[in-house]
Amino acid sequence: MTHSQVRAQFPILNQLIRGKPLVYLDNAATTQKPQAVIDRVHQFYETENANIHRGVHFLSEQATQSFEKVREKTRAWINAASAREIIFTRGTTDAINLVAQSFGRLKIQAGDRVLISEMEHHSNIVPWQLMCEHVGAQWDVIRMTDEGELDLADFEAKLTPYTRIVAITHVSNALGTVNPIKKMIAAAHERKIPVLIDGAQGIVHAKVDVRDLDCDFYVFSSHKLYGPTGVGVLYGKSEWLNTMPPYQGGGDMIQSVTFHKTTYNVIPYKFEAGTPPIAEVLGFGAALQFLEKIGMEFIQQHEKGLIQEAVKMLKGISGVRLVGEAKERAGAVSFVMEGVHPHDIGTIVDQEGVAIRVGHHCAQPVMERLKVPATARASFAVYNTIEEVHALGRALENVREIFK
Amino acid sequence: MSDLRELYQSLIVDHSKRPRNFRKMDHPTHQAEGFNPLCGDRLHLSLKIEGDLIQEICFEGSGCAISTASASLMTEALKTKTVDQAHALFNKFHGLITSAPDREPPEEPELGKLQVFSGVREFPARVKCASLAWHTLSSALEKKGLVAKTE
Repeated sequence: MTHSQVRAQFPILNQLIRGKPLVYLDNAATTQKPQAVIDRVHQFYETENANIHRGVHFLSEQATQSFEKVREKTRAWINAASAREIIFTRGTTDAINLVAQSFGRLKIQAGDRVLISEMEHHSNIVPWQLMCEHVGAQWDVIRMTDEGELDLADFEAKLTPYTRIVAITHVSNALGTVNPIKKMIAAAHERKIPVLIDGAQGIVHAKVDVRDLDCDFYVFSSHKLYGPTGVGVLYGKSEWLNTMPPYQGGGDMIQSVTFHKTTYNVIPYKFEAGTPPIAEVLGFGAALQFLEKIGMEFIQQHEKGLIQEAVKMLKGISGVRLVGEAKERAGAVSFVMEGVHPHDIGTIVDQEGVAIRVGHHCAQPVMERLKVPATARASFAVYNTIEEVHALGRALENVREIFK
Repeated sequence: MSDLRELYQSLIVDHSKRPRNFRKMDHPTHQAEGFNPLCGDRLHLSLKIEGDLIQEICFEGSGCAISTASASLMTEALKTKTVDQAHALFNKFHGLITSAPDREPPEEPELGKLQVFSGVREFPARVKCASLAWHTLSSALEKKGLVAKTE
């Protein structure tokens, strides 16, 4: 497919916002959906809808097969060893809560430590805090440099004999920093410490191979990867998932239920209580299929070009300063403008049809560390164009004008 | 673009760049913190009230143009007013910024320069920025000692 053919797959992009063409640059918040994903959800409800796993009638069996096919497709997408290692959750946040609670109950006790970083999204901070507070464990925090990269010496120093798990982000949603996670996972494993990777952004911008990374857990969301909201993926090594206690109880995650004793199902079902978001999982499968057709290498290259242009453009506007200048970056570009609060930047560029995000991006510690109250953030996806980067530039010149 | 010009009028831009009564107060009789968690607007409001008269009022903090200008214009409007007059102004101001955007804003001569915030009605996400200073004022007058939030 050519780039314009790819872009043409996204119906939402053909609209005017306040009389101007929509320039959607808030992809780190959520991505738009190709027609194939929209159609898949629609088709399921129109002709295939039934509950899965328990029915013996035709529609139920078909739905179950379609659903499990997506599980296998997801396994292949990240090169996991087994489809049993793919758990469908509500999203990344849900997946991290699952690991924090379940792995926590298995392995974290009073006096133990959890290692996270200053760069994390709140969803990879708060679940660990909740867990630690519950059992009397502590969290350590890997420091960030002024460029918005992880201080690797600090990371090594904080791998203690009491550290039970490391939880770090693959790619920062606030700064676009790509962390050297393969190296960090190896270092943690040398000390027999497992690692959870928050891949909410990481899965979107390049191919991920969980066996090559050797991470113990990798989590991400469908809706940031051109799929529907309401579903995410927890990849976990079966050695962990098999021994971790259940997270939520209910239907489907059980073998047998009596009031005397209840026994639990095998993975992945042990961690999938209740009816899952079936239509959304199928929509997610359609998103993976769509990405397969385009190829992640194409996406990676295209986005690299957009980010290069965006960085060049931003550095050329007087008073604009980039926040986060890691050597390796993907997805998001954050910036501040002298004398103008990000909130005002957001409202004014919105008038030009340009959608960016402003605020702390669910990463208050990042903002505090880099000494900014908030930033403006443009984040790119496969359908964005160089012209859209220029549209953002023109809109920012407009902001300059108003606040001159 | 006219909506935007209405919101970011020169008065608002001026007050956001050069906020009036922007300083620390020694020995305030009333004070409160205001915080907008959605965007990080933060302000500290201090008042010197003698009897029921607002003798002095000033603020510190950091925030967007709308919240800063709103606080600045509020302090200008409230100096030498009574506490009752301050409450009445809050009601009028709140009524103004939450009134339906497709109609002419209510005419309230007592609002004076504050009328400039009628433009914020077109930008619902920014209403909280405009009202932060006033919610903080309310909190300070009630001497609750809590942080005023816009949620």
